[in-house]
Amino acid sequence: MGILFPSDAWIKALMEEVNRSPGYAEAAKNWEGDFYFVVEPEGPLTKPVVLYMDLWHGQCREAFEVTDESLRNPAYRMSAPYSVWKQVIQGKLDPIQALVTGRIKLKGNMVNIMRNVRAAKELVLCCTRVATDFMA
Amino acid sequence: MWFFKTPEIVFGEDALSYLEQLEGRCAFVITDPHVRRLGLVRPVEDRLRRAGLEVHVFDAVEPNPTINLVRIGADVIRAYHPDWIVAVGGGSVIDAAKAIWVLFERPDLDPLAISPMEPLGLRRRARLIAIPTTSGTGSEATWAIVLTDPEARRKLGVGSRENLPDIAIVDPAMVMQLPPRLTADTGMDALTHAVEGYVSTWRNPFSDAMCLHATRLVFTYLPRAYQKGAGDPEARAHMHLAATMAGIGFGNAMVGLAHSLGHALGARFDIPHGRAVGLFLPYVIEFNARAAADRYADLLRAIGRPSPDGPEAAFQLSRAVLELLETLEQPQTIAASGIPRDDFEADLPTLVEYALEDPSTLTNPRSPTAEEIEHLLMYAYEGKMVDF
Repeated sequence: MGILFPSDAWIKALMEEVNRSPGYAEAAKNWEGDFYFVVEPEGPLTKPVVLYMDLWHGQCREAFEVTDESLRNPAYRMSAPYSVWKQVIQGKLDPIQALVTGRIKLKGNMVNIMRNVRAAKELVLCCTRVATDFMA
Repeated sequence: MWFFKTPEIVFGEDALSYLEQLEGRCAFVITDPHVRRLGLVRPVEDRLRRAGLEVHVFDAVEPNPTINLVRIGADVIRAYHPDWIVAVGGGSVIDAAKAIWVLFERPDLDPLAISPMEPLGLRRRARLIAIPTTSGTGSEATWAIVLTDPEARRKLGVGSRENLPDIAIVDPAMVMQLPPRLTADTGMDALTHAVEGYVSTWRNPFSDAMCLHATRLVFTYLPRAYQKGAGDPEARAHMHLAATMAGIGFGNAMVGLAHSLGHALGARFDIPHGRAVGLFLPYVIEFNARAAADRYADLLRAIGRPSPDGPEAAFQLSRAVLELLETLEQPQTIAASGIPRDDFEADLPTLVEYALEDPSTLTNPRSPTAEEIEHLLMYAYEGKMVDF
């Protein structure tokens, strides 16, 4: 039995996975910046879900589902339809390719992103390790 | 979903005359002083003028262009507001031209923020033509830009699909007099693009076709181009096409670890790019032997050699690359490239860090750890066959 994606429990499980990943800790040791991961409604998901992560020097300091986007003003906002996130989490879609082709949209300072693409890859590897249930 | 992007390719004898068909008001030629001294810019200027264009030349590009150089170029270009930007040179010139073009259209942008993830809105002011004067970089057919941070002695890869040149003019006359050492260095760059593009995790059937044939052309024609130069125009012409084909191939598939290591070593020790990536290629093939055995077997067959099954194909391909390096009188180890062991070892942690963080590492078929990269560097220093 896994944890339902997208949900508050799922993003907290990802936080735990990130915080025990030596690969992420090493790759993201210089990273400073928090994120909104926006799951756009599609198929079984009928309304957008926004997940917040505060990533700081190889650790995740805070993670939760956001009900009001104005609560925080994160450095980055990454958005994609539900089915795209599902493929990324299942390891079926390279997240960098998804960004390059515009299937995942990213807003924020690109200089930092371009210097930390390996950290992004390690973060996704953490996602694939979370036992996840998807909506039917 | 994926894309296959390529400029319009104008190739073959007298391809340069295509410039006479351009329509527009003003062309801004970007080049370097060496290329200009060799007389390669004059025929470009003449043809642009014949097309009725006003021509301005910016010839201040240096090898390994810096962010500062790009900013200077952008300041100059704004005085002319051209509708065509024409890059005449090797990889440094074409990369600089791409970045200058972006800043001309988007003065608000930090050059290091040029990314494939954000629309740039190019081509509102100008379009880009790339005319390579070496046979190797492939930059005329890719959207990649490599800039150098001289303070950190580090190369940084940026780029957006939008900054792919509109037109690449691949005229063999522009490389006929290329000196032997530059022929070898740039030719090994082309081979490394083709081989790494073929095994990249982002490879696709379109890039495969380009990489496979480019590999075949390099093995056939690079030794002849190196040994006979202008005395073998057929070899020159085929090598020029091979470089562009390899560029199209890797431009749509990315490269791998030989590029990550080559970028790091090249920036720290001022080794020409093609020499550095070519040096690492056999070691990286061996490192990837199990992860990409079938792909290396394809490449071995493409160069007309019988291919065994499994990882042995990679080791045979590695040996073929080492033989080619020997024919070209290129260094096969880091030690042979003239870097003292003490200097190399002192820099080893930085080399490992830079290679690990290089975007090319992400698309290598085998994902390396920091420890494996360190081992690879040491093996490449000493010329040991990779056994891990």
